[in-house]
Amino acid sequence: MKMIVAIIRTEKLSDVLEVLYRANVRGLTVTQVQGHGGEIGNVETYRGVTVKMELHEKTRIEIGVSDAFAERTARAIMDSARTGEVGDGKVFVLPVDKVFRIRTGETDEEAVTPPGT
Amino acid sequence: MTNLAIMPILAAAQDVPIELSPADTAWMLASTALVLLMTPALGYFYGGLVRSKNILNTLMMSFASLGVVGVAWALLGYSLAFAPGSSWIGGLDYVFLRGVGLDSGGAGLAIPHLLFMAYQGTFAIITAALISGAVVERMRFGPYLAFITLWSLVVYAPIAHWVWGDGWIAGLADGDGALDFAGGTVVHVNAGIAAVVAAIVVGSRKDYGQRAHLPHDVTYVLLGAALLWFGWFGFNGGSALGATDIAALAFVNTMLAPAATLVVWMLLDTMNTGKITAVGAATAIVVGLVAITPAAGFVGPLSALALGAIAAIPSYYMISYRSRTRLDDSLDVFAAHGVGGASGALLVGVFAAAVWGGREGAVDGNVGMIGTQAIALLGAALYSGIGTFVLLKALSLFTPLRKPSGEEGIGLDVVLHGEEGYAQGEGAVLVQPE
Repeated sequence: MKMIVAIIRTEKLSDVLEVLYRANVRGLTVTQVQGHGGEIGNVETYRGVTVKMELHEKTRIEIGVSDAFAERTARAIMDSARTGEVGDGKVFVLPVDKVFRIRTGETDEEAVTPPGT
Repeated sequence: MTNLAIMPILAAAQDVPIELSPADTAWMLASTALVLLMTPALGYFYGGLVRSKNILNTLMMSFASLGVVGVAWALLGYSLAFAPGSSWIGGLDYVFLRGVGLDSGGAGLAIPHLLFMAYQGTFAIITAALISGAVVERMRFGPYLAFITLWSLVVYAPIAHWVWGDGWIAGLADGDGALDFAGGTVVHVNAGIAAVVAAIVVGSRKDYGQRAHLPHDVTYVLLGAALLWFGWFGFNGGSALGATDIAALAFVNTMLAPAATLVVWMLLDTMNTGKITAVGAATAIVVGLVAITPAAGFVGPLSALALGAIAAIPSYYMISYRSRTRLDDSLDVFAAHGVGGASGALLVGVFAAAVWGGREGAVDGNVGMIGTQAIALLGAALYSGIGTFVLLKALSLFTPLRKPSGEEGIGLDVVLHGEEGYAQGEGAVLVQPE
């Protein structure tokens, strides 16, 4: 099993979710995060105080998948989250030791979505 | 019983100043402040309905109208609307507020002419801001400011003149005029039609039809609706132009009609979706307020209830229908203000009662009143549509009206204003002055 962790542009979330749904990838966690990549900070001014926002609002998606699904999940995220500008984000693929489905007690490949296909 | 609002104001113009009434003046001072509050309230109503990345831009579309339209009104707009002129537009007598002083002056009312100018200015400000609901989340701010400023002069002022000055609508029905107590046609039908045209000319949001654009803070929507209702007592009650019995009638009707709209709307919501929604309730209040606006000082309280109840239906179904079309009138300005205003403008032709406001509608046997209302409605709608189209097209020759889709995706608060509505305050590096 693999854990896919993707950091994407917040405004691309709907596109990514739609593509993942079409690719039969089910079961994921979405978190709003702040981070710093290669992009230049937005310059904002409040009552004469000018700041450069070094942290950007990003969205983090975590998906546990079977090995067979790891590549296509990562590709689906890449294709749907890309704008071509600096700041599109990254996809990390991590090994997973063990997975339990809480409801049924199923483990490993049985417990990730989609199971074993 | 005097009903100042049904007299075309300039027909009453006199050379000899009228003695000022302290009561009338006090009520109109309060009303002016109440109506001015409606524009920020509208900003919150609209702001809650957009996504969080566009909250400041949406608020600013209303707040900025207080500035640009307020200034344009004082310098030129008031004169074009209310100075003696032709049937089509007012003259230039009051340009730069020349002759608009502390006596009753040309307005022929028992309040200072200057106060009448300010009161009317608050109407121009909110009418222009209403249009913004059709172009939120994509229009550039500079062209928007230019548009509403010019629109208040080229579209709003003439229509206000037609209905409330000595224009052609005031001259309908052998000089009795069409009924528009507080601006059902001048404000709401006008803004509703302009909104449709603006949505078409500016174009849809980039993902419209493929992605849901959900309200980011429904509590703001309800708060905005509440403040709009509060301000509307000045909008309708103040349109009696004095502390009169008719002001009380308009005031009470402004309480009753939205109440009936709200009840019917909640029923419709239950029938259609099984749940009563908060966004629906806020919308219903606005629709009821819009619908009673042309009728507030002309109909009895039970008629106001009936009018409010009936007006819920067309607006409710227009909102359901519109969201399935390709027309991105994002915050349903047309359904709420265009359709709601038209419902009210036609229904006042039905419910106007001589015993209450002094004018007869269809219930009093004067069926022709509905026709007069329809003519006024269509005339204003036609002019508003054409005027708005020409203005926006002309502006687009000089400058793009919207941002490229990438910047629209980031959100207009950061891109256009260099601010965030809900900044975390972390990760900001201070840029030291050179």
